Amino acid sequence: MRGPSIAHIVLVIAMLATVPLLTASSVVLNFLIVALLIALVGQGWNVLGGYGGQYSFGHAAFFGTGAYVTAILQMRYGINAWPAFALGIAGGALVGAAIGALTFRSGLKGSYFALVTLAFAEVLRILASVAPITGAGVGILITLDLRPQAFQFQSRAPFYWIVLALLAASLVIVRLIEQSRFGAWLVAVRENEDAAKAVGVDTVRVKLVAMTISAAITAAGGGFYVQYFLFIDSAIAYGPWISIEALLAPIVGGVGTVFGPLLGALVVKTLGELTKLIAGDAPGLDLVIYGGVLVLIVAFAPHGIAGLLADLRGRFARLRSSVPERAHG
Amino acid sequence: MVESLLRVERVFKRFGGLLAVDDVSLIVEAGRITALIGPNGAGKTTLFSIISGFLPPSEGRVFHRGADITGMPPHLLARRGIVRTFQIVQPFAGLTVHQNIAIGAHLSRRSRAEALVAAAEVASTVGLSDVLDRPAASLTVAGRKRLEVARALAAEPELLLLDEVLAGLNPGEVASMVPVIRTLADDGITIVMIEHVMQAVMSLAEHVFVLAEGRIIAEGPPQVAVGDPRVVEAYLGRGAAARLSAAGAAHV
Repeated sequence: MRGPSIAHIVLVIAMLATVPLLTASSVVLNFLIVALLIALVGQGWNVLGGYGGQYSFGHAAFFGTGAYVTAILQMRYGINAWPAFALGIAGGALVGAAIGALTFRSGLKGSYFALVTLAFAEVLRILASVAPITGAGVGILITLDLRPQAFQFQSRAPFYWIVLALLAASLVIVRLIEQSRFGAWLVAVRENEDAAKAVGVDTVRVKLVAMTISAAITAAGGGFYVQYFLFIDSAIAYGPWISIEALLAPIVGGVGTVFGPLLGALVVKTLGELTKLIAGDAPGLDLVIYGGVLVLIVAFAPHGIAGLLADLRGRFARLRSSVPERAHG
Repeated sequence: MVESLLRVERVFKRFGGLLAVDDVSLIVEAGRITALIGPNGAGKTTLFSIISGFLPPSEGRVFHRGADITGMPPHLLARRGIVRTFQIVQPFAGLTVHQNIAIGAHLSRRSRAEALVAAAEVASTVGLSDVLDRPAASLTVAGRKRLEVARALAAEPELLLLDEVLAGLNPGEVASMVPVIRTLADDGITIVMIEHVMQAVMSLAEHVFVLAEGRIIAEGPPQVAVGDPRVVEAYLGRGAAARLSAAGAAHV
């Protein structure tokens, strides 16, 4: 499968890594940290939705689990933030495997799968809003402890580099999946499940593994969110907003491509900020904008920005190759 | 007793009130081409789906080399060497021809590079080398039928179930496809083919089962099976065989 090489990924990450050296503006860094966080969460969605064709509307279930496990282990059990974060990823993966086992074994596909994932996320949101361990309606505040060993930092730059490193890892993971047999099988499942079965692909297992990886990546975003904002409640953790961000970024950027979620997250977040600049911070307005962007993308660029760019490159190449012919003619 | 490659034993399949497969038993011997013919709606594809694990039978059993494989899922049957193609072609539409075939080749190969090499070899066997990098969706009907065969072939089947791979092809395309199927059989692959193109059935098949209204009404070498009055009647209507032979006698 064609795609960027690992060297491409290293180059892009290296360029992004220089940003905190160029500016100390907390507005710029905060914007980029959130955008990269969404890119990370979207990359998780992309594994299952982009490559596997299983459109989840409930990635909040994994984001929230990553966030809550990270927060609860620290505040309720006194575990250090770093192992708590790692266990948050594991917890998200576990929830992904469990929801995957229930949905894929019962053969749910397409919009049924989307609705059931949404329902799982909502059930978790409601449970988290009443259970004492999640702080019920109050949520959980992480005690301020601005030391690196507590996964907290004085400035934004270290946070920026950490989320960038997580994103880099997700880009490499997705690229490795693209080049593997598992990745070929996953795409086969997306393109035609019956045909895949006929040539020996265990489609349920492939989807289950994809959902577990997908959930783990998205859960990493949740754990990072907690450490960055030092607060989580049920509406943030399991709310529909993050499920929407998770699917919007890859769909806008280009589903089933390595850089799609990153491109999409940057574009969507930039649009969101511009909207705020123009219209003020009207609640829900960003969702209206997202809805409009989604309609435009689906209607005019079904392969997202990555698809548009590939298209333009193709046209440019054809244009260049036709120039000498004209010169001769 | 030596176990046959595939044995279908008293299989029934009901869809609500419709009896699609009605007490079918058949044996497929290794190393030859067996054809399954019959009018539309006879239950041929349903029987294929049962053998390949896509549908469970309502009753009856299917054996592969003596082992009961009834109800085994398709991917496990594919790993046992039983691979089907689809009458309504099912390409991985968004992938290239090369990538499509490679999915089949991955069954026995973990490495992406090896699968792609094997896929290119299979493509040349079935005559798809020129279109390797084209999207599967851009192929003609004939190309898509070849792709069905190629993808199944790349999975290195022992038993290949071909569901109307010649349907919808023009005579020239049929003529170029027949030797391909012959080559596969010569390479030791046992083939069961559902086919309406009788010219191909007559020239390829060593054994024919005729299915009508879910039942096997005749079997034997192709010349014998198609001459059977019950077969003529299944295709042309009750009494047709008698009318035909009367007409034939009148001409003599």
